[in-house]
Amino acid sequence: MAKLKIALYWAASCGGCDIATLAIGDKILKLAEAADIVFWPIGLDFKYADVEKMPDKSIDACLFNGAIRTSENEHIAKLLRAKSKIMIAYGSCSYEGCIPGLSNFYNRQLTFERVYIETPTTDNPGKIFPQTKVKVPEGELELPEFYDTVKTLAQTVDVDYFVPGCPPEEKTTWLALEALITGKLPPKGTVISHAVKAVCDECPRKRGEKKIKKFYRPYEIIPDPEKCLLEQGLLCYGIATRGGCGALCPQANMPCTGCYGPVEGVIDQGAHFLSALSSIIDSNDPEEIQRIIDDIPDPAGTFYRYSLPDSLLRRARIK
Amino acid sequence: MKKIMIDPITRLEGHGKIAIFLNDDGGVANTYFQVPELRGFEKFSEGRPAEDMPQITQRICGVCPEAHHMASTKALDALFHVEPTSTAKKLRELLYSAFYVTDHTTHFYILAAPDFVMGPDAPPAERNILGVIAKVGLELGGAVIKTRHDNHWVIQTIGGRPIHPCFGLPGGVSKAINEEERAKIEEIAKSSVEFGKLSLKVFDDVVLKNKEYLDMVLSDTFTHRTYYMGLVDENNKVNFYDGKVRVVDPEGKEFCKYAPRDYLEHLAEHVEPWTYLKFPYLKKVGWKGFVDGKDSGVYRCTPQSRLNAADGMTTPLAQEEYEKMYSTLGGKPAHYTLATHWARLIELLYAAERMVELVQDPEITSPDIRTIPTATPDEGIGIVEAPRGTLTHHYITDERGIIKKCNLIVGTTNNHAAISMSIKKAAVDLIKPGKEITEGLLNRIEMAWRPYDLCLACATHSLPGQSPLEVTIYDVQGNELKKLSQGIS
Repeated sequence: MAKLKIALYWAASCGGCDIATLAIGDKILKLAEAADIVFWPIGLDFKYADVEKMPDKSIDACLFNGAIRTSENEHIAKLLRAKSKIMIAYGSCSYEGCIPGLSNFYNRQLTFERVYIETPTTDNPGKIFPQTKVKVPEGELELPEFYDTVKTLAQTVDVDYFVPGCPPEEKTTWLALEALITGKLPPKGTVISHAVKAVCDECPRKRGEKKIKKFYRPYEIIPDPEKCLLEQGLLCYGIATRGGCGALCPQANMPCTGCYGPVEGVIDQGAHFLSALSSIIDSNDPEEIQRIIDDIPDPAGTFYRYSLPDSLLRRARIK
Repeated sequence: MKKIMIDPITRLEGHGKIAIFLNDDGGVANTYFQVPELRGFEKFSEGRPAEDMPQITQRICGVCPEAHHMASTKALDALFHVEPTSTAKKLRELLYSAFYVTDHTTHFYILAAPDFVMGPDAPPAERNILGVIAKVGLELGGAVIKTRHDNHWVIQTIGGRPIHPCFGLPGGVSKAINEEERAKIEEIAKSSVEFGKLSLKVFDDVVLKNKEYLDMVLSDTFTHRTYYMGLVDENNKVNFYDGKVRVVDPEGKEFCKYAPRDYLEHLAEHVEPWTYLKFPYLKKVGWKGFVDGKDSGVYRCTPQSRLNAADGMTTPLAQEEYEKMYSTLGGKPAHYTLATHWARLIELLYAAERMVELVQDPEITSPDIRTIPTATPDEGIGIVEAPRGTLTHHYITDERGIIKKCNLIVGTTNNHAAISMSIKKAAVDLIKPGKEITEGLLNRIEMAWRPYDLCLACATHSLPGQSPLEVTIYDVQGNELKKLSQGIS
């Protein structure tokens, strides 16, 4: 059997997904037996020009991490889509926009003003911003365009599968790679994880009746190590988050922040969490409910911590 | 004038490119190192709850998330006016030391070693970690993988997750360790010390005993005389987790020493329109452009810089190696960019020795890991020494602890001007009129920035650790005259 051809790429990302890809340990040898990596700018010396020369659909699968934030990210996403039979959005940034997607509360102008003018260390009397084309004494230099809005991979090109997580855990990564190696591929559009249900299903903490009178922030209390964090008033996102990670954060006494994205069948993770939350607030008095809700700082940035670009909101309107 | 584009090189967290302009006679007129990417964390952090910042800002870099997590957590201590418990501080430093061991291990073996073990002019297909293992032996390769794997286990055990940990809170950490975990960490720490010693022996055998390499390390092409920065403890010894930032001038004299809260008096950032990344410099010296020397505010923070800026190491084996390095290099400060690789291994040994000290501390398994903050949050600055440079996080919040303003000066950014200068110097010295531009020459240009640019290697620990590099030479009309690639078959 011919070896698979696999491409890996990072767009607007932190590099954690590339580390996660390598974190499969000795299984990397199994991968090497079954597949050749034909493009991986972080590790191998193949160039954009080499990819351009490849025939269309000559790559079996592309694991694409990172969101789409610049014209270069978009160009490479389209190029790799054309060359690949299977396109996989690997990790939270390419799947749903992730934490850098919180940038959609602002825009390019506001971001540039903060970074290049306003920050207290910046010395920029001429109020210079980076430009896509700049004349220097010796000639011209170019930079890719920085977009107003962070987009997901699926908002840019057709995507076949999604691998959740910031970053995906070792076993999640292997589940995706194993499907490629064995050819036992799930239906198009599948989010590849061991779980379709919530993180709560794999959390060892004891659950009782959820009735909340007050929300706390993680630094305000030392939670009981055995009991459900949400029941103790911490905004644990596990209830609205797909499992597969093994509930790592709750086991370190910290609330789940939602990095595996929505559970199966849910489109908008933030809206799902909000509806789950409203059913556990222990009050029928609208004023008291309002007071309890007011304890939650930054609801939009918390409920959509990883999924703003992929949510029904997508971005804030800037006046 | 001809323009040579090196595009893309792989930079930490993304992409980078180099433009080299040639005079009509074929000599180098100028070079530009461009970073074509911006993430925008300083803006979108506004409006977020401060306590979420350790987990938000570590998404700047998934290669060194522990550094951001730690600088941010320390900024929260200051913001909430809370002193972490003694055990919490030790657990943070223990995790951070394990992180240094993994990080420096990867960088040396994947990034640096191929150039020296295989040689700068070796065929690109061999000039990688697999070539290194083939030449030095499988046993060493196994030790590299084991050291990384074991220390990632330490990071997950203390920090909750192997990548992007979650344990940092103002006033402490979220999780204690038990005796069983402690014992296993102790075993890993001890074997990391042995690994650090072994790595220095490899460096000695491969580089120091080879006159050609030593001459290259000491050559002017890879030398800049700049200011040096690093975090030091109360005795001016190297510390990664806590202390004051000390800066020495190109002669090695102390120029300033500041507490994190005073960083604005000492640092400023210059902006250029042709790159998305800013150029920090010493405010009291001023921005004089891409030049070195005492009159230029350009400074460096690398392993070599940290050792230059300090008076020594607190652990015995690392101190011995520190003394040996400076006696070989002809005293302090050392200006040789390539010697950064050596300094990195001394830091690796220090981090491993520090792990042993911390994990044997009777307090380390104490459940007393949190102080609950009670003061109103307002402003906080946190600094740690990240592997790629002094890392500063600065937050201002409202009385509910919601971020109003955020400023970040990130590890590699500190070295941005110096990286640009090192590339230019190598290009000017190596590209000469009438001299053919070879693949080996390209690699030597790479060797000029490689000592600074280390994230690249983290992700390549089982694959060739050489960056993709292609040079295209155009004439003034934009017609391609020549294309050179390395590693492209």
